[in-house]
Amino acid sequence: MNWPQSMLGAAGPHAGGVERLWWLFFWVSAAVYVAVVIATLLAIFHHRRPADPQDPAHAHRAGRAIAVATGISLVLLFVLLISSVQTGRYSIQGLADPSHVNISVTGQQWWWQVEYESAIPSQTFVTANEIHIPTGRPVLLKLQSGDVIHSFWVPNLSGKKDLLPGHENELWIQADREGVYRGQCAEFCGHQHAHMGLVVIAESPGKYNRWLEAQRRPAAEPHDDTAKRGRDVFLSGPCVMCHAIRGTGAGGRTAPDLTHLASRLTLAAATVPNTPGHLAGWISDAQGIKPGNRMPTMAINAEDLQALVKYLQALK
Amino acid sequence: MTRVFAILLLALTTAACEREQRRFSEASPASGAPQTLKMGQLEPGGSAQQVTIRSEYDENAWAISEGQRYYEWFNCVGCHAHGGGGMGPPLIDSRWIYGSEPENVFATIMQGRPNGMPAFRGRIPQQQAWQIVAFVRSIALLTPKDVRPQRSDSLYYQEPSGQEPSRSPAGQPGRRP
Repeated sequence: MNWPQSMLGAAGPHAGGVERLWWLFFWVSAAVYVAVVIATLLAIFHHRRPADPQDPAHAHRAGRAIAVATGISLVLLFVLLISSVQTGRYSIQGLADPSHVNISVTGQQWWWQVEYESAIPSQTFVTANEIHIPTGRPVLLKLQSGDVIHSFWVPNLSGKKDLLPGHENELWIQADREGVYRGQCAEFCGHQHAHMGLVVIAESPGKYNRWLEAQRRPAAEPHDDTAKRGRDVFLSGPCVMCHAIRGTGAGGRTAPDLTHLASRLTLAAATVPNTPGHLAGWISDAQGIKPGNRMPTMAINAEDLQALVKYLQALK
Repeated sequence: MTRVFAILLLALTTAACEREQRRFSEASPASGAPQTLKMGQLEPGGSAQQVTIRSEYDENAWAISEGQRYYEWFNCVGCHAHGGGGMGPPLIDSRWIYGSEPENVFATIMQGRPNGMPAFRGRIPQQQAWQIVAFVRSIALLTPKDVRPQRSDSLYYQEPSGQEPSRSPAGQPGRRP
């Protein structure tokens, strides 16, 4: 769960621009700070009292010093202004490439629905809280919201962009290095805003395509009796009111799609790692892990719970 | 002195405010609802002591808004629309075929009813079901006014076709409530 989440470790061109801008601001501000401190110390300890304060030459010298300082400040401020405007324009610019990947991201209280689009309808699929992208290829994220305003922010890849109800926003990202980058909702959106995380996994095109193929397949059939019982528990219980597992009768659309749950790194929007223990805890007492989230507390007996966990853990 | 008294009084009013209290996980108002449920007033051997289940969610604005969310999510709107009725009977009128008390509505959701109401027992967890009960009662104006969600002024209701028209208080069926 210790994935980088820092804009100082840019992994793509857009974040790279922001990072360069940040360092420019840092060094200019540091230089100005040092200069001001030195000037103040000089004024305190090296102050030469003029022989005659009324001397016009002294007033002229002081006026010239102020003009020079103002001029330098003006130039510096313009350098910062122009570079910041340029970075801003670049970072909202599309990365024109016909081979870009289209992904639709919908913010929900408090998780992310991720839909991989395709010209062939049967190849589209829905997953949650985890975005896989190929390295070196631009990705167009279409950002929407299902309820309130959220903000998509993966600092290593891009700046923030809001997800607005009733309006689609676009955000281009690209990763040039393989890696797992953590993201976070950056607009307060209610009780569990702080636990509304996601992970972006940038991987080589070959690995990415294999992942796509696996995700497009319906859920794996359970093999042994325990897992079969787990599937029955899932399909006959309250789970199906909200969750979907492709290939079964479960078709709820208001909660994360669980078709390939076991292939994900985290549970509950990057709140806990995806391990059998955490999964069991999440099913039986989600309100204890993430109070206020939409997953209700389940009255489920221990054997059914174990079977259910086994079934879900096999959904690779 | 009066100032201190006024501040204390003010503090007391906020302490009494429970309409927004959020209880994310708790035992449902009544797990044994169906056993105490009555569908009519007649009882052999005279009337026994009335057992009613008070649902705290009826006075809680948060629970009602959660109920409204689940009402949409679990597709109550599919038949009852937003209370105006369609394939299923309207919920915002004053006619209740199977009773209007919280436990009646709860039983209707959990047990299902003839002519198309599905049974949601085992599908909707109890806490959520009670929240839906509170929402359904709120759109029928049975909960306190201060916790009710807004309702559109232009909302009309009508009986599903093939059913007897209801008697609204004004004596005219199909009128705006």
